[in-house]
Amino acid sequence: MWNSPHHIDLLAKNVLFSSFSSPPKHLDPVISYNENEWVFNSQVYEPLLQYSYFNIPYQLEPLTLSKMPTITFLDSSNNETKNSADTSYTRYSFKIKENIYYQPHPAFAMNMKGNYIFHNLIEQDIKKIKTPTDFNTKATRKLKVDDYIYAIKRMAIKQNNSPILASMKPLIIGLESYSRKVSKAFDLKEDYRLKNYTISGVKKISATEFTILVKGVYPQFIYWLSMNFFAPIPWEAIAFYDQQILKEKNISLDTYPVGTGAYLLAENNPNKQIRLLANPNYNHGFYPSTGLSKDADQSLLDDAGKPLPFIKEVIYSLEKESVPAWNKFLQGFYDASGVSSGSFDQAISLNAGNMSLTEQMKDKDISFISVIEPSIFYFGFNMADEVVGGYSVKQQKLRQALSIAINYEEYISIFLNGRGVAAQSPIPQGIFGNLSGEQGVNTFVYDWKNNHTQRKSIATAKQLLAEAGFENGIDKDGKPLVLNFDTPLTGPDSKAILNWFRKQFKKLNIELIIRATDYNRFQDKVRTAQVQMFSWGWNADYPDPENFLFLLAGVNAPINTSGAGVNGANYDNPQFNKMFKQVKQMKSSPARQQLINKMVEIVREDAPWAFGFYPKELALKHSWYKNVWANPLANNTLKYKKINAEQRMQAIKVWNKPITWPLWLLLFFSIFAIYPLIKAYKNKQQKVIK
Amino acid sequence: MFAYLIRRVLFAVPILIGVNFITFALFFIVNTPDDMARAQLGAKQNSPELIANWKQKHGYDKPLFLNLDAPSAVEGITDTLFVQQSIKLFVFDFGVSDAGRKISADILERIGPSLAIALPTFIIGIITSISFSLLIVLFRGSTLDSITMMIAVAIMSISGLFYIITGQVLFSKILHWVPISGFSSGWDGFKFIILPVAIGVFAGLGSGIRWYRSIFLEEINQDYVRTAKAKGLSEIKVLFKHVLQNGMLPILTGVVVVIPSLFMGSLIMESFFAIPGLGSYTIDAIASQDFSIVKAMVFLGSVLYILGLILTDISYTFFDPRVRLN
Repeated sequence: MWNSPHHIDLLAKNVLFSSFSSPPKHLDPVISYNENEWVFNSQVYEPLLQYSYFNIPYQLEPLTLSKMPTITFLDSSNNETKNSADTSYTRYSFKIKENIYYQPHPAFAMNMKGNYIFHNLIEQDIKKIKTPTDFNTKATRKLKVDDYIYAIKRMAIKQNNSPILASMKPLIIGLESYSRKVSKAFDLKEDYRLKNYTISGVKKISATEFTILVKGVYPQFIYWLSMNFFAPIPWEAIAFYDQQILKEKNISLDTYPVGTGAYLLAENNPNKQIRLLANPNYNHGFYPSTGLSKDADQSLLDDAGKPLPFIKEVIYSLEKESVPAWNKFLQGFYDASGVSSGSFDQAISLNAGNMSLTEQMKDKDISFISVIEPSIFYFGFNMADEVVGGYSVKQQKLRQALSIAINYEEYISIFLNGRGVAAQSPIPQGIFGNLSGEQGVNTFVYDWKNNHTQRKSIATAKQLLAEAGFENGIDKDGKPLVLNFDTPLTGPDSKAILNWFRKQFKKLNIELIIRATDYNRFQDKVRTAQVQMFSWGWNADYPDPENFLFLLAGVNAPINTSGAGVNGANYDNPQFNKMFKQVKQMKSSPARQQLINKMVEIVREDAPWAFGFYPKELALKHSWYKNVWANPLANNTLKYKKINAEQRMQAIKVWNKPITWPLWLLLFFSIFAIYPLIKAYKNKQQKVIK
Repeated sequence: MFAYLIRRVLFAVPILIGVNFITFALFFIVNTPDDMARAQLGAKQNSPELIANWKQKHGYDKPLFLNLDAPSAVEGITDTLFVQQSIKLFVFDFGVSDAGRKISADILERIGPSLAIALPTFIIGIITSISFSLLIVLFRGSTLDSITMMIAVAIMSISGLFYIITGQVLFSKILHWVPISGFSSGWDGFKFIILPVAIGVFAGLGSGIRWYRSIFLEEINQDYVRTAKAKGLSEIKVLFKHVLQNGMLPILTGVVVVIPSLFMGSLIMESFFAIPGLGSYTIDAIASQDFSIVKAMVFLGSVLYILGLILTDISYTFFDPRVRLN
């Protein structure tokens, strides 16, 4: 195989080959908050909880905990209470599993005297060191609850720029004052001394137990505990990485994480490849045996109860361009692949809206998995705008008319190759609060006919427009209605999308002005409410309706928060706001569902958003790649996956036999082309002599 | 010559300050420090407090060129973003990127792969272009000359991207001769660089042949060539011994100046062939609004360009004894 981008011997081993297109910037768990970083971080770090691999709706389960946290409600005197009205604090009690060990790492290595060998490095020590795995001595130690507490303390140092500090400070008791004190007092270079400081609301109970005291009732707090911000950090790692000579070589906690997870990061060259190795000290993960729905492929449970991880090494290569990455997948050199718009037709055929694989894919025994992501892309109206904003019936009708006219089914078909579902509410499918079928229909935009949603006609939209005071797109003064759409879409590829939006408005005889700008200016405009209409999106932080409904809460409107809020539409309905406060504090229950239904109905009628669509993730995989299940919220799923390297090797050999005859032909012609040249030269030379 | 070099190096200092000034001005016209903070922190986590922290941590909380709040006039100039971030550049201390990585370590790591592609492409490209142009000068006015020139124009007219994609599809996807993309150091890396180098050479062949041909044709009509022929020298000897040597001066003007910039890599080639070089370093930094990298790379590019010009001047003295640097 001349064309293998990998070493041949690796292809025959239990190694997974994957790619990444956007290099991770931060792997420090208190900073990292991007999907392209969590792909790596989540395999190394272990927060207290994780998402169950198979369960949809998404469900949390213990990861390093021996059982789910115990939640106790306390009144203002710190006494237990069961009356939610009296609750001033919520105490989360955790008990971690015993005998969990960190990956082998030089930070833990000690000499016979008990001193850390590599905490005072000199130039000579690291001459040949490129990664922490290059150190000749490594050691481990047991996971302690102190490491979880230490991580929270690190997160509270404002110089660390943890993205969740602002959200956690008002929640965790004592965090705000601790953060103020520690940020002022501590130079970051010495922050491992944090072990000497305490947060009043975070208490160690025993070697395996600790508690976090949270203000009031906030059921969503538990979801934060499954994020890497709450992953344990050993102080030894900070002390080790805090050496300038290591930083000079780009070796830091931001580049080489230290965790207890199923994998350790052995190589981090974000411009070329990132390599994970199975953590030899990992001993507490087993393949799940429950949660798989009955209609799913039951062979996914064949490995139930087996120790994890299955794959010994994972090599992620940087692929900035989709064409080479796609071709390598087809050649078998990548085990799985996404489907870009360029390769969609080659991979997927659409029949009456149903996706199936093309014959070329079937011939290679490739299969696909798809799942609706817990995300929404919406078209927002600035409710503070004089024309498209406002809460009167007329103003509602204008937005309802526009919501009908913007045909997102068509958008999904043209621009997403069917990879999306038109949204009926702000809450995506798979999240509590989303209703399916007739119950979930947005009756202001759709009708329910023959067990399907059907977008209302343009005639209905025109009628609504007329009732809004813009009959046939003309206002009461006889002027044509002209609306502005702000967008960061500026490239040539965006032209078709923007023209499509123009056409949607043209259906109602409305002229749409596109105000395209760079992303910085676009954000500024939304923050300062200088947009009239815009489109934006949101990915779930956690699978709770609160994480989507808060995008429409008045307290988050930029006009109410000096531009800091995420409610770009500036929607501020007192009735909705009041219910949001209640929903935020409730656990998922029928009562909560009822309240959410009311909120959704209010939003549908007010229509601050045309709801847009929920994107659908589509991935292809080879037959030798096993145990693959799509769970968009679970990031640490690499440990469940499996490779049949022998099958891969056989397929690659068959698919990649070099075709050599053109090479010989080229050589033959090259040799024979020389002869006439020599002859011509001799003739020319003789001519000169004459 | 030494005095000349010292003079050129000293002239370079105001040029570099000017380039740096323009880089600062242009970058901060398009991006404010707040924008930069938002780009680094991500779309979801940009509270005013976080942005202020980030700016303070990275030194972007200072005024750009003039600090009106400074206690003295000197500090009014020195306690600014421009001065604070520029001084270290002149001792080649590039510091850390806004994302926290050591820039000099990144540059050193990326230079090798960039050169692994750029250097062979450059050398083989020159040799091939000069060889072909000498060949067609030898057969000037013939059908071979006309056909080669037509092909050269065609090669020039087609986008480099077309060669890359066609090359990848033909030689890797269909014929399975080489990997589509990737990189490895040492001898293992040979199979990865064959295709990008071949494509790079081929894509540059059209313009190279036309340019060198015009230089050699100008020389071949000179009196000294006629004299050489009259002496009975063969066409090949005339071409290689006289025409090539005398044509070197204009060739050097265009070629030597390019040598230092080879370090900077090629954006498209490196992106498509997944070469972990410097080609996309600056562009990625601009896209992610990482000013520390942008200013370091612009500075480095300017230094290399000035170095290229000095090298060109020096090289003249080797090929033309009439040139003296003083």
